[in-house]
Amino acid sequence: MTKSSSSSKSKPDRETIISVRNLRKTFTNSAGKDVTVLDSVSFDVARGETIVIMGGSGCGKSTLLNCLIGEYELDLGEIHYQTKDLSAPKNLTTMSPDEKNALRKRFGILFQSGALFNSLTVGENVALPLSEHSNVSPEVIDMIVALKLQLVHMLPHRDKLPSQLSGGQKKRAGLARATAMDPEILFYDEPSAGLDPVTSTAIDELMMDLSKKLAVTSIVVTHEMDSAFRIADRMVMLEKGRVLKIGTRQEYEVLRDADPASLTRYEDQLMNQFLNGYNKGPLTNADGLSEFEKLITG
Amino acid sequence: MSDTPSANSTRSESLATRSVSSIGELADHQLNKAHTSVSSVGGVTLLLAQTLKWSWRSVFESGVRLRKKALFEQMVRIGVESISIVMIVQVFIGGILALQIAPTLEKYGQVEKVADIVAIAIVRELGPMLTAIVLSGFAGASIAAEIAAMVESEEIKALRAHALDPIHFLIVPRFWASVVMIVGLTVIADVIGITGGLLTAWGVLDISPNAYLDATQQALVLPDLITGLFKAAVFGGLVAMIACYEGLNVHGGAAGVGRATTTTVVKSIVAIIGTDAVFTATFYSLGW
Repeated sequence: MTKSSSSSKSKPDRETIISVRNLRKTFTNSAGKDVTVLDSVSFDVARGETIVIMGGSGCGKSTLLNCLIGEYELDLGEIHYQTKDLSAPKNLTTMSPDEKNALRKRFGILFQSGALFNSLTVGENVALPLSEHSNVSPEVIDMIVALKLQLVHMLPHRDKLPSQLSGGQKKRAGLARATAMDPEILFYDEPSAGLDPVTSTAIDELMMDLSKKLAVTSIVVTHEMDSAFRIADRMVMLEKGRVLKIGTRQEYEVLRDADPASLTRYEDQLMNQFLNGYNKGPLTNADGLSEFEKLITG
Repeated sequence: MSDTPSANSTRSESLATRSVSSIGELADHQLNKAHTSVSSVGGVTLLLAQTLKWSWRSVFESGVRLRKKALFEQMVRIGVESISIVMIVQVFIGGILALQIAPTLEKYGQVEKVADIVAIAIVRELGPMLTAIVLSGFAGASIAAEIAAMVESEEIKALRAHALDPIHFLIVPRFWASVVMIVGLTVIADVIGITGGLLTAWGVLDISPNAYLDATQQALVLPDLITGLFKAAVFGGLVAMIACYEGLNVHGGAAGVGRATTTTVVKSIVAIIGTDAVFTATFYSLGW
């Protein structure tokens, strides 16, 4: 039984934990003009799977992540969550602030920069969600913190401040904090960004390890293809705010390894170029510049 | 070579168009500035309402923590670390005030009244106002920069992601620390300001310390102290709210953090003086 779907309308076979339907998000730019960043985005996430959301710079993947965690209000569409504490799927867009906070306690989020609280030590950062949201004793919190830091190999750095850590260590500490409350869903925002290849692989392995050990659903936003192909069960490709394809990692591997000349569909050519990082193709113009690069270079 | 009538007409039309366009742009710019100012006032008011709501919940609702440790840390940061600078400013202000008034009073043979004027001016006006201005430059700017840096490094987003409200977690302790500590700082400022006046009167105007203190005691009444401290508490709250609002609404990276800091100090000073004018007029009309 496959758990994949190659169309935005089809669903994975496992129980759905997140269902995104017809999501639209528009921002007003500095000139007062409305810019639609996400449009008609629909997909489902199955419980326990790792789904990678990818696309070029400015395609809307970080905006999608912010919509999923309730950071941005939607202009249109629905995001239904079916976490273990909910008897029926609940729409994030209609939740009260208290309901939203209750849902967020089921999340763990690893931010691009780690987003550790700079005034707290690594240990205090990991302890914060526990001390705020649970009634366990400080001794038990200490034990949980040690356990979580051990999982990400950061126990020796427990008493350090974030400013004393390297980029990779910050990400690992952020990961320990994200898992502190034993979340059902882990969101990762560009986990490999700014890391050297070795550290990036180590973070990927850590993510896969955590996913297995904690049995969490993982949603990863990235444009690092090596990382995406290492960790993904399924992949969602975004282009100009729309879903281009939802498919399994194997389907994407076939697309990546295909000869560009053999691809007839425009979307397949575009994804083949993106997955391989080719300079020439439908994503770039004759000068080898992407739409985003053209925009910023004028 | 002379211009043709049609060329002249085109030139004057283009000049008129440019003038109208410039006036339009200027008006648009001013309207935008007015709009920004109004939204800032609205934003600060809304933030204050949310801060008071979270303060209420922290005290009266079970399950919502009163963040005593954070409050204490902020009290030390805002209050204790500002003491020396407030003292330096006030001792000079007391001395300056005494020296500025003395010549006029001497003309009327009332130089001993220096103590009365210094005491009332310091306790009712200069103590709270200058302490608040020092606080805006010292603690206000620091709060704005800290919160703005937290926004830029996604720490605020991380708080929300962990179901922690940034207003409860960050703003409430800073607001109450600012309100409480400015009252304490103002008491110190009043004492030091009066001492500055006393030292100047003793050293320069040949008024004995005992006579100066007696005159000060007779000049001051309880409403002077109460109105001064009440104003100080309001100024402290204003500075904290403006700093937190500017910090939370930062955009534009490192440059934005710098802008938030500067804007906090400027807006705080304007708000302190404007609010002081309203208070002074109100107290005057009430006879306090």
